[in-house]
Amino acid sequence: MIPEFGHFALILALAMALVQSAAGFARGRHAAAWIALAQPAARAQCLLVAIAFGALVHAFVQNDFSVLYVAQHSNSMLPTVYRVTAVWGGHEGSILLWVLILAGWTLAVSIFSQQQDDATVARVLGVMGLISCGFLLFTLLTSNPFARLLPAAADGQDLTPLLQDPGMVIHPPMLYMGYVGFVVAFAFAVAALIDGRLDASWARWSRPWTTVAWCFLTCGIALGSFWAYYELGWGGWWFWDPVENASLMPWLAGTALMHSLAVTEKRGAFRNWTALLAIVAFALSLLGTFLVRSGVLSSVHAFASDPKRGVFILAFLALVVGGSLALFAWRAPKVGRGAGFDPVSRESMLLANNLLLLVACAAVMLGTLYPLIIDALGLGKLSVGPPYFEAVFVPIMAPALFLMGVGPLARWRRAGLGDLARRLRWALGVSALSAVIAPLALGRWTPLIGFGLMLATWIASTCLVNLASRIRAHPAPGWRARFAAQSGSYYGMLVAHFGVAVFIVGATIVGGYAVERDVRMAPGDTLTLGAYVVRFDGVREQRGPNYVAARGTLDITRNGQPLTVLSPERRLYTASNTPMTETAIYRHFTRDLYVSLGEPLGPNAWSLRVYYKPFVGWIWGGCLLMALGGLLAVLDRRYRALRHTAAAPRPVPLPGDDSIALGLPAVKAARR
Amino acid sequence: MKARSRRSLAILAGLSALGLATALVLNAFRSNLVFFFSPSQIAAKEAPLERGFRLGGLVEEGSVRRSGQDLTVNFVVTDLAQKVPVVYTGLLPDLFREGKGVVAQGRLGHDGIFRADQVLAKHDENYMPPEAAEALEKARHGQMQGAAP
Repeated sequence: MIPEFGHFALILALAMALVQSAAGFARGRHAAAWIALAQPAARAQCLLVAIAFGALVHAFVQNDFSVLYVAQHSNSMLPTVYRVTAVWGGHEGSILLWVLILAGWTLAVSIFSQQQDDATVARVLGVMGLISCGFLLFTLLTSNPFARLLPAAADGQDLTPLLQDPGMVIHPPMLYMGYVGFVVAFAFAVAALIDGRLDASWARWSRPWTTVAWCFLTCGIALGSFWAYYELGWGGWWFWDPVENASLMPWLAGTALMHSLAVTEKRGAFRNWTALLAIVAFALSLLGTFLVRSGVLSSVHAFASDPKRGVFILAFLALVVGGSLALFAWRAPKVGRGAGFDPVSRESMLLANNLLLLVACAAVMLGTLYPLIIDALGLGKLSVGPPYFEAVFVPIMAPALFLMGVGPLARWRRAGLGDLARRLRWALGVSALSAVIAPLALGRWTPLIGFGLMLATWIASTCLVNLASRIRAHPAPGWRARFAAQSGSYYGMLVAHFGVAVFIVGATIVGGYAVERDVRMAPGDTLTLGAYVVRFDGVREQRGPNYVAARGTLDITRNGQPLTVLSPERRLYTASNTPMTETAIYRHFTRDLYVSLGEPLGPNAWSLRVYYKPFVGWIWGGCLLMALGGLLAVLDRRYRALRHTAAAPRPVPLPGDDSIALGLPAVKAARR
Repeated sequence: MKARSRRSLAILAGLSALGLATALVLNAFRSNLVFFFSPSQIAAKEAPLERGFRLGGLVEEGSVRRSGQDLTVNFVVTDLAQKVPVVYTGLLPDLFREGKGVVAQGRLGHDGIFRADQVLAKHDENYMPPEAAEALEKARHGQMQGAAP
């Protein structure tokens, strides 16, 4: 009964989403009455979707195998935690999660936009309602998670073992929070385009939403990468798999959007560009959903599915992207140009970085979509190898990373090259020095490692230069007061940029100095990896709740001292008869020792992967810092002040304002 | 006038940078396309000898032979019409099994042996890599046409 209840709730949610959309676009005599309906409809829609999602969770927890989706993705032996996460272990549940998160963002917009006038909020909610309608229709027509299986299955087919992992518990929700979060920036942009009000206030309201979505997306991608690292058992952290690319593209566009919004808010420039980026970022999120959910990809994530779904999402994608781009083409020429700027200024550098991010995004898109297009045209099967992405991504991002160091120090409108060079001279010196010395200290010098470490040092040192000059220039007496006087969004920017530096260090060093050995070992065999000696002590059988495992024991010593014992497993999940490797990793701040068990070769010997991965943890640490920076920017105290003083006069961008906060509205100008 | 010339200079610089990026992208793109061939296509000499490609099909039953010393493994990939012997050194994916779909990336030697540097199998018991599925489909189609006249 409860699954039918969930299904019914979804249908009601669709009705509410229709009301919500209608309310946003109402005109004429009854417009005011419709506008008043927008927020209640949005909240009701969210509640109904939550009820539907709850019903599906209930079916999973109760092992209701009369529901087809539950029977396909769960099993009575599955631990309860994984029964809950199995909800998004397949196509139907993932889409329902998408819808739920969209409803959550809608609710958040309705709650946090109380200071804006009702008509604007209704318009934004209306745009979001249209997206909700599309996805609710998609769920109900092609991917109903509540479809019954009669007669009920005696037991379920089990959740794919790959997904029975703590990383998978949070990775998809995080990623979807980011993907779907860009809908808010999109809705704000479309609403502003419709009303012809692409102004600073639009940019100010869009910024925190974009930043929060970007933080979630950053965390989601990092989690996915981390999960692939320890779960897939190949020791890589990024494979340029189409599904990974599908999440990287909106991230690149979102990063560009976040920075462009800062310029639009502070200087009134780039208005059209920013609106276009908001559309592009969300379009790429939809494209990602299409790629992953339609089953067009030949990757580990592709779910076997029927073509109806692909056609539906593709049509929806064309409608949303085509519609919003047409709106843009119609409205954008009427938007003013905003303040001008010189070729050397913070604006120009941000614009250059925006372009580089989009070029990188386009390059990734080419490599991801080309095989699909060729295949769809019947011109044969091909794939684009990771070397393409590496060959393209690194040279495009390198100038962007260089400019990342200069931009925050440059003045708005007009900056002096000489002045910049003088302020950055020691950062440049330190970076050049680190390019030469650091690789030698680590072992071996190659141009790529030198270059990577130079960029990382450059970004980190320019952050310090920036902070030092800010602190020195501040009039407050005493250091503590000067540090406290800087805004949260300024610190957020520094932390996020510093995170990029940390990330580059990790990616460079693990790429340059990782040692990977695939070996055959019999009990008692040893393997030497630098200072480490790995001894294989054989394999024992072990039982888990829903699997049997061969558990290997490896004794690790470092410089003759016992360090740790690692126990990688090779599991056989009994319900689905699927083998899975569980890696064992010795984690350390500056290095990982990574072992995974292959397969038995003869009576005692096993094949094993033994990897030494220096600084690999810094890759995800850097991503966490980036997300933390975004969080700091959003928590800026001036934003809270703004919320509490709703009636405060609209802030005016100050020409000399030197902050490039990525978070919230600078009301500094208004306060002075 | 001065501001305008500076602006056009900046636009020019931007465009040339964009052109450079495009050239870079397209060049890297062309040299990194990995084509896919089925055993039947290899038998018909359609696959290149000097360039890497992907080979897909089924792992033939009873064809997997492991070396006693190291991680070298020999197996045969078939599309049920033609066969290609493959040699690979390294760990095989979890779902590599006889009779199941597989995709191998590597080079074809003059001796007709495919030297794989990567072997892919999918993480689902019933899932067939699309390339492998297509190879089988094509081969079956070809056989039927061959038998018809």
